[in-house]
Amino acid sequence: MKTKDLISESYSALTVNKVRTGLTMLGIVIGIGSVIAMVSVGQGAKNSIEASIQSIGSNLILISPGSTRGLGALVSSGRGSSQTLTLEDGHALDKQISFGHTTEMETSTRGQLIAKGKNTNTRVIGTIASYTTVRSLEIDTGAFISDEQDRTSAKVVVLGPTTRDDLFGVGSEAIGQTVRINGNTFRVIGITKSKGGSGFLNQDDVAFIPLTTAQHYLVGGSYLTTIAVQAASSDDMPSIQDEVNSILLQRHHINDALQADFTVQNQADIVATASTITGTFTTLLAAIASISLLVGGIGIMNMMLTTVTERTREIGLRKAIGAKRADISSQFLIEAVMLTFAGGALGVVLGWGISAVVSKFAGIAANVTISSVLLAFGVSAGIGIVFGYYPARRASLLNPIEALRFE
Amino acid sequence: MIECIAIKKTYVSGDMETPVLKGVSFTINDGEFVAIMGPSGSGKSTLMHILGALDTPTSGDYKLDGKSVAQLSDDELADVRKNKIGFVFQSFNLLSRTSVLRNVALPLVYAELPEDERDARAAAALKAVGMDESRFHHLSNQISGGQMQRVAIARALVNDPSLLLADEPTGNLDTRTGDIVLGTFQKLHESGRTIILITHEPYVAEHADRIITIKDGEIVSDTKNPHVRSIKI
Ligand SMILES: Nc1ncnc2c1ncn2[C@@H]1O[C@H](COP(=O)(O)OP(=O)(O)OP(=O)(O)O)[C@@H](O)[C@H]1O
Ligand SMILES: [Mg+2]
Repeated sequence: MKTKDLISESYSALTVNKVRTGLTMLGIVIGIGSVIAMVSVGQGAKNSIEASIQSIGSNLILISPGSTRGLGALVSSGRGSSQTLTLEDGHALDKQISFGHTTEMETSTRGQLIAKGKNTNTRVIGTIASYTTVRSLEIDTGAFISDEQDRTSAKVVVLGPTTRDDLFGVGSEAIGQTVRINGNTFRVIGITKSKGGSGFLNQDDVAFIPLTTAQHYLVGGSYLTTIAVQAASSDDMPSIQDEVNSILLQRHHINDALQADFTVQNQADIVATASTITGTFTTLLAAIASISLLVGGIGIMNMMLTTVTERTREIGLRKAIGAKRADISSQFLIEAVMLTFAGGALGVVLGWGISAVVSKFAGIAANVTISSVLLAFGVSAGIGIVFGYYPARRASLLNPIEALRFE
Repeated sequence: MIECIAIKKTYVSGDMETPVLKGVSFTINDGEFVAIMGPSGSGKSTLMHILGALDTPTSGDYKLDGKSVAQLSDDELADVRKNKIGFVFQSFNLLSRTSVLRNVALPLVYAELPEDERDARAAAALKAVGMDESRFHHLSNQISGGQMQRVAIARALVNDPSLLLADEPTGNLDTRTGDIVLGTFQKLHESGRTIILITHEPYVAEHADRIITIKDGEIVSDTKNPHVRSIKI
C-alpha cells in the first residue's frame, strides 16, 4: 500500500466519525492542558517566592525581637511583636562582631501617606544609610537617607516606586515634593528601583525615613523591629550567628539560650523553610495534575476501546478485500499518532493559554517548562497509541470472517 | 481451479459443537459458472467463505490453482484475495459513512493503483451493475438495500477477479435489476472468469451451467444445467 494512500485512509477514517475523533481528542487536550498549566503555575509560584527571598539581600543574618520562629522576619519584619531589641543592641552588635560585616537597623510600622489629596496606607521603614548595602536596594532617582539626616532626625522620605505611583501618578517626578506621614510633613529625596514581587510580597510598596525620625515621630522609644547583619564572606555566617547570640544573651542577661527574647535567623534557614512550603505546594499541584492526566488517559483509552467492535469489522472487511496485516497496523498506528498529536498540540496551546491567563491575573510568572510538555505529551500519546494500536493489531491477526463476526 | 477434498467445518462455542460442513468434496474448473443451492442454514455461506480464502476449514483440504490454501501465510492469502478473488457478502459489509465510490474503489487502494484510475474503474463497475451516477457520492448508509447490494457487487468486480464468489447477489433486487446483474455475470463468464453464486431461487440458478445442491452440510446433488437461461445486455 502506498504511503500517500495510507495517510489518506487514516485521515478519512478519522473524519468519518467526527464525534468519536472529537471526544478522544478532547480527552487528550484536557489531560495535556491541565498538566502543563498546573506544573507551570506551581513552578511560577515557587520561583517568585524564591526570587522574593533572594531579593532581600545576600549573606544576611536577621535578628528580630521575640521568639517567633519561621517566616516572621521575611513577611512582616517582626512588626508588632515584643519590644526587646533596642538601638543600643544594634550598635553593640555592630561594634562587637569580630568578622567583616555591615549592620543595618530598622523599625517598621504602617503609616498613612498623603500627598496632594491622594493617600495610601503603606509600610514605613525607619532605617539608616547602610540599608541599601545590606538589603541590595538600588536608588533610581535622588538619594537614599544619609548618616547626617539620621543624626539630625531630618523629615525626609525615600519612596518605593509603587508608593510613588499611588501618590503622584505612574512614573511621575516626585523628588522635592512633600508627603504627610501621620501628620508630619516630609520631603521626598529619592525613589528606589523596583524589586518586584506582588500582592503581600510587593517590595515596592514602601517608604523609608531616617531611623531616629521614625522613633521620634512615628513609633516612640528606641525599639527596633529588625537588625540585619550582612557577612562579608558567607564562610563567616555561622561564626557571626554564634557571636550575635552570645552578645545579645549577655546584654539581655539571659543564661538559657532557649529563653532568648529575640530570634536569629540566617537567610539559608529562611530559604529552607520557604522551600519546604513551595515544595509541598508543587507536590500538591503535581498530584492534581497526575490525576487529570490519569482521567484524561482513561478517557482516551475508553474511546479507543469502545470503538474496537466497529473497527474490528472494518479490519475484517479490509482484510477480505486484500489488505495485509502491515497495511492494517500502519493505518491504525497512523490514526492514533494523528489523533494524539493533533490533540497534544491543542493541549499544549490550552495549557500555555491557562498559564498565560494565570500569569496575567494572579501575578505569578507561570512558565511552561519543556519537561512538563514532554511528560504530558508522552503519557497521553503513549496511552493513545497503545490503546489505538494494540486492539487493531490484535484484530488484524484474526481471519477476515472472525473479524467480521466480532461482537 | 478449485478443489475441495473432504472439507469439514465445525463451530465450537463452549462445549457445544455445531458441525456445519460434514465432508464436502468437489472440483470446479476454470471458467465454470456454478450455482450453489440449498435451504437456509445448510452451510452455503460457510462453504463460500472457505472458497474465498476468508475462513479455514476444520479439516480437509482446499486447493486453489493447485496450491493448498492452508499452507499459505496471512500475507500470501491477502495477495490471493486482492489479485484473484471478488467476493460479494450476503450482508454486503460496506464501509459505513463512506461514499459509494470510495467503497467500490477500496480494493484498488490495496492493489496500489493511482487514484484517478481507481475512481474511473470504480465508476465503470458501478455502471455495469446499473447504479445511477447521482448516487456515487452518497454515503453507504444513505442508499437503499438493493443499491447497497449493487455497490457490494461492483466492489467485487472492480479488481477484475478471475474468481467471482457471490452470496445471494440478487436477494434484494427486483427482476429487472437482478437480470442486469445476472447478465453482467454471464458476460464475465463468457470472457473466461470462474463464477460461483449462491441462491435460493431456481430462476437465478438457471443462469448457471452447473448446479450444486447442499443440505445439512452435505452435497445432495451436483448436475449440469440442461437449459441455461441466457441474458444479453
Ligand atoms: N460463528 C458461528 N458459530 C456457530 N454456528 C454458526 C456460526 N456461523 C454459522 N453457524 C451455523 O452454521 C450453519 C450454516 O450457516 P450458513 O451461514 O453457512 O448458512 P446458509 O446456508 O448460508 O444459510 P442462509 O441461506 O440462510 O444464508 C447455521 O446453522 C448457523 O447456525
Ligand atoms: Mg448464507
